[in-house]
Amino acid sequence: MQSPEPLLKVDHLRVEIPTRRGVLLAIDDVSFEIAPGEVLGVVGESGAGKSLTGAAIIGLLEPPLRMAGGSITLGGRRIDMLPHEAMRRVRGKEIGAIFQDPLTSLNPLYTVGHQLIETIRTHLDMGPGEAQARALSLLREVGIAAADKRIDHFPHQFSGGMRQRVVIALALAANPRLIVADEPTTALDVSIQAQIIALLKRLGRDHGTAIMLVTHDMGVIAETAHRVAVMYAGRIVEIGPVRDIVDRPSHPYTVGLMASIPRIRGRRGRLLQIDGAMPRLNAIPPGCPFNPRCSDAFDRCRRERPNLMPVGDGLAACWLHADALQPTLA
Amino acid sequence: MPMLCSPPLPDDTILEVNDLTRHFDVSPPGLERLLSGKPRAMVKALDGVSFTIKRGETFALVGESGCGKTTVARCIVGLSRPTAGNIVFDGVDLGRLRRRKAMAPIRRRMQMIFQDPYASLNPRWRVRRIIAEPLVTHGLVTNRAELRVRVGELLDLVRLSAEDGDKFPHEFSGGQRQRISIARALAAHPEFLVCDEPTSALDVSVQAQTLNLMKDLQRGFGLTYLFISHNLAVIYQISDRVGVMYLGRLVEVATADQIFARPRHPYTRLLLETIPRLDASGDREPVAGEVPNPIDPPSGCAFHPRCPYANSRCRGERPSLLVAGETLVACHAVEEGRLPEG
Repeated sequence: MQSPEPLLKVDHLRVEIPTRRGVLLAIDDVSFEIAPGEVLGVVGESGAGKSLTGAAIIGLLEPPLRMAGGSITLGGRRIDMLPHEAMRRVRGKEIGAIFQDPLTSLNPLYTVGHQLIETIRTHLDMGPGEAQARALSLLREVGIAAADKRIDHFPHQFSGGMRQRVVIALALAANPRLIVADEPTTALDVSIQAQIIALLKRLGRDHGTAIMLVTHDMGVIAETAHRVAVMYAGRIVEIGPVRDIVDRPSHPYTVGLMASIPRIRGRRGRLLQIDGAMPRLNAIPPGCPFNPRCSDAFDRCRRERPNLMPVGDGLAACWLHADALQPTLA
Repeated sequence: MPMLCSPPLPDDTILEVNDLTRHFDVSPPGLERLLSGKPRAMVKALDGVSFTIKRGETFALVGESGCGKTTVARCIVGLSRPTAGNIVFDGVDLGRLRRRKAMAPIRRRMQMIFQDPYASLNPRWRVRRIIAEPLVTHGLVTNRAELRVRVGELLDLVRLSAEDGDKFPHEFSGGQRQRISIARALAAHPEFLVCDEPTSALDVSVQAQTLNLMKDLQRGFGLTYLFISHNLAVIYQISDRVGVMYLGRLVEVATADQIFARPRHPYTRLLLETIPRLDASGDREPVAGEVPNPIDPPSGCAFHPRCPYANSRCRGERPSLLVAGETLVACHAVEEGRLPEG
């Protein structure tokens, strides 16, 4: 299922938010791996912790958020303990980042060429001419027509879809091994979205770049990711191959999530819905965080927190699947 | 309520939009135009849009950003004045109602739900006051006790509790806030709701709750919806008929069944092909190009630069909405029968 040597290894990650009324756990014991060239989709609803997981990996947790435990390893090297300056070099050089709103990632006062060349020369040992040539080839690679003219344009002269391409070119500038893409297509129209998805897929295939794709859009995940992690209330509740998650989800939350997605085929009428809402961080119920909304919940779900356990080719944190396991410990 | 309106039309049409046009002046300032010789610039946000909505149905408008769907909504509810064309609501031409007093009874019957439930509720008002406002404005309650009861009923209707009325909007999640917006919209017993991307800011499971609620309310109160969305799957689930917009024009109008089973216009086909699918994980070749600048739209059919079937007629002559089977479609290729069956 996974290559023996993962590129990224996130192990028992915990992220805390200290508040006046005590410490809240925004990310609670999250572990996963990404292999080189693999696209891992991370889905969940707002506040599930998917973006924070991405932010922790690129070392951009905003205070007062803080990493309170666990480790993040990239290519065998711990990166969560790195001093500020060293992490700045990892970011950009080894990990590229793409965010939802391309305008916040681009400086409005400089041409895209200036920004690309600056990024390239910060991370790679290149002269101005060489960097300029690389900037041009990057713009071409992400599908910007007339790149030799567009390189001298400012961000406001690009459309939303084109800006997101420029951001992808920036993320690729130093040939990173991992790209963390946080809702990269959410702000775009569907026809542009499809173009960006195709571009991301090609990057993984051609360059062996691993991609952590954070999105709430299951359609995007189904078309792009190899494996999917489903997050709920700061935890991973299910992780596995994309077809399993989409077609045969194991965790009741994933089942409900998949059923509530409106589709353009088949039955119309009422959508299946999960009643209630995701708990707030200060009111996460004991046991399984999903138990109050779960129609299959039984005693144990309310008492004891389930950890990820093997189901098929994936893992699910649900006591319904515990009997498939060896006899549980008392 | 006094009878202010003409009797219902025989064909039970509740809303008729005729040749609706809305231009926005985006010219540089006058002095700059004078000095640099730049011409006036107009965005034709709406360029001759016509459709009708029948009582009790859900008519959806779909299209990409900037196609004019929100402008249609804003013109209908009176937040934007049409440049040309007219809007007839239950036999009353809204453009002729100049005075506030004449508009008020119509406004009561027509309400709007906005996209962003964080921006559409006054953060400094308690929910009770937010929902009570239309009741007070339209004089639908006589005393405080009645008001309290009615607000409680409305909260109950959208699956919130009467006690929630004492809270402020920030104490609610996005989905709950959107339900508060719905309660406010329903307060004055409207017949017609304009819903502009009501679920776009919500998570899928909350979106499902909200869409189900809207359907229940429609059935319960016989509401008519104009539903605007860029999400085709949502449109498929909720609407009876669909209008597809591109650059300020309607390119196809048909029943939801027709649009999804047998899309006619090449743009409708493009939209349907590009939605990421849960069941399709294969590589699809995305359609190149993007929506052109509305300040300088392409000649003829606005879609021709992206259309694989475009010929010289498409580049020169603007197609009008014509009947093709059970569909209305604005496409020369469909008219001439040179479009392959989709």
